[in-house]
Amino acid sequence: MKYIDEFRDGALAADIARAIAAAVEPERTYRFMEFCGGHTHAIARYGLPDLLPANVRMIHGPGCPVCVLPIGRIDMAIELALEHHAIVCTYADTLRVPASGGLTLLRARAQGGDIRMVYSVDDALRTAREHPDREVVFFAIGFETTTPPTAVALLQAAAEDLANFSVLCCHVLTPAAIAAILDAPAREAPTGVPLDGFVGPAHVSTVIGSDPYAAFAGAYRKPVVIAGFEPLDVMQAILMLVRQVNSGRAEVENEFTRAVTPAGNRKAQQLMDQVFELRPSFEWRGLGEIPRSALRIRERYARFDAERRYPLAYRTIADNRACECGPILRGLKRPIDCKLFGSVCTPETPMGSCMVSSEGACAAHYTYGRHKDTVEGAA
Amino acid sequence: MSRQVKPGYARALDIRRGRVDLSHGGGGRAMVQLIRELFARHLGNAYLEQGNDGTVLPPLPGRLVVTTDSHVVSPLFFPGGDIGCLAVHGTVNDLAVMGARPLWLTAGFILEEGFPLADLDRIAASMARACREAGVQLVAGDTKVVERGKGDGVFITTSGIGVVAESCTLSGAAARPGDAVLLSGTLGDHGMAIMSQRENLGFDTPIHSDTAALNGLTALMMQHADGAIRLMRDPTRGGLAATLNEIADQSGVGVLLDETMIPLRPEVEAACELLGLDPLNVANEGKLVAVCDAALAPTLVQRMRTHPLGREAARIGTVIADSHHFVQMQTRLGGRRMVDWLSGEQLPRIC
Repeated sequence: MKYIDEFRDGALAADIARAIAAAVEPERTYRFMEFCGGHTHAIARYGLPDLLPANVRMIHGPGCPVCVLPIGRIDMAIELALEHHAIVCTYADTLRVPASGGLTLLRARAQGGDIRMVYSVDDALRTAREHPDREVVFFAIGFETTTPPTAVALLQAAAEDLANFSVLCCHVLTPAAIAAILDAPAREAPTGVPLDGFVGPAHVSTVIGSDPYAAFAGAYRKPVVIAGFEPLDVMQAILMLVRQVNSGRAEVENEFTRAVTPAGNRKAQQLMDQVFELRPSFEWRGLGEIPRSALRIRERYARFDAERRYPLAYRTIADNRACECGPILRGLKRPIDCKLFGSVCTPETPMGSCMVSSEGACAAHYTYGRHKDTVEGAA
Repeated sequence: MSRQVKPGYARALDIRRGRVDLSHGGGGRAMVQLIRELFARHLGNAYLEQGNDGTVLPPLPGRLVVTTDSHVVSPLFFPGGDIGCLAVHGTVNDLAVMGARPLWLTAGFILEEGFPLADLDRIAASMARACREAGVQLVAGDTKVVERGKGDGVFITTSGIGVVAESCTLSGAAARPGDAVLLSGTLGDHGMAIMSQRENLGFDTPIHSDTAALNGLTALMMQHADGAIRLMRDPTRGGLAATLNEIADQSGVGVLLDETMIPLRPEVEAACELLGLDPLNVANEGKLVAVCDAALAPTLVQRMRTHPLGREAARIGTVIADSHHFVQMQTRLGGRRMVDWLSGEQLPRIC
């Protein structure tokens, strides 16, 4: 596959692995958080931990849009389908996220809710055009990657005066979440996770650029290396992080220069700014309320805002008490530290959100890495 | 009797413009006409012409193997095939990978009111072609019609009867540590061909389904390596991952795959990449997995490559001892990961 196979080359990976092994200082431990679920997935799918020295540990971050979606937001989408009889269009990953009352969007669908899986917001727009007699709501989730397309869809709906279309906006912002993780140790002392650096987002950074991470390198003194989602990207980023740590630097470096610029995609940023504004606060599953961490639809496009259009009330719903998704999303615990992992919580019957999306830390470990938890695997 | 009356006359079925209506399933003349003018025209043979409630079949040497499979694929016509040939291949392949020689099929059709007869005609013709190519005969059939909106065009259930030699010991429980795992060709072609046709995905690259009858290939393999082949399976729904996990569980072993040896078409790999799918989970309808004595693997792979459906055959892994029955894979990056069952639904209505 052109432009993909080059970044999955086993011989090059072995070269980088040797360079990492040569660079690490044996008495030191390197704890790097890959923020994005895309990186978590790549690390697990290609078995990258096997290529790293024992003192380099990858910690999975909260950058999985499905994982951080709070139960109350799924409840709202279900309410739209079951009580307001809207056609709810959603990305497939959200269908199996457990909501209140034992429901998921998939189960709500079996109860008669008209919930449809789409691959892009454009499909939701088309559904609205094809069913002028029905209300169509797009369940918009995701970080800065999926936000610009939602903005374009809202502008398109306004241009077409598509009166039966609206958006349940749950878009969240990456830098706010990174800040919340770095601020957490103060709140959670003495259990805060000591991080030595971040593998920075790939697709998100194509939109927002590398500049927004400067604060983490500056104020928090944490190296950040923005990396693509291919396995060689991740390996190279780890090598760059090791070198920064060794030399005492804390800089924003860009491994993903083929797609990421310092300023990012200005057109996409302008579109987001035109349609969305900051919410004062937003609840993240596992991270709690984070100020200025999510977007809502501007007043000007209020008629396309499902939260204004329907009498929806947001309720905070606590996770199962034994579920460790919160600490796992903050990097404080590993999936196998959770009592539910692999017993009652599996990809078939997920209890927590980290087990739902293939980008979730628990699902990735369950699907790709649980052979390492056995005695034979550890041997 | 007036002279205008022609005894037994029925106006010919309008296959070009006609549609299935409820009378075609009602047990009356319309149903008989549909069977005679459409199905029998393509699929007729001496067994079907017995015309009784059941078909009497001759005795067979060896043991009988029976299987059944329902087909609900959407869309009904896709690049490389359609529900008709798929319904034949699916059942023939289930018999073939048992080491059996497939002989006879039965077919049950559930038709939706309003379904174009022209499409039904294409499907019957395609089934007939697939039967001829696989050397099997349709020996019994049934047709029902459901009201508009209660079906999706046509659903087809086929059952198959084959015969297997007394000496054949193929079994999902027969894999042993040290055995070789072989694959007959590229992965994921069928699933991605279907996916590329779904209304909301506008792929332009033609990905063709691999749907095909495997009994020629399996016969060739059995002829050259009977005894050394432990088992064969066709990795349909759930893909190679599901098939290998089944084998691991059934045989009480583990499997270690080598990712670099697994054949993939570039267009399938690219489409999977785009949609976030793992080709190991995507369905195939013309591929088989075989587990055999490792000593015989090189010869068997060579033999498989002489058959048109085995040209890209390869040894993709090894059976290992593992009390957890895990399927693992050495990735092309050099790390090791698990290859798990698919969780949830990846592609609905693919076969």
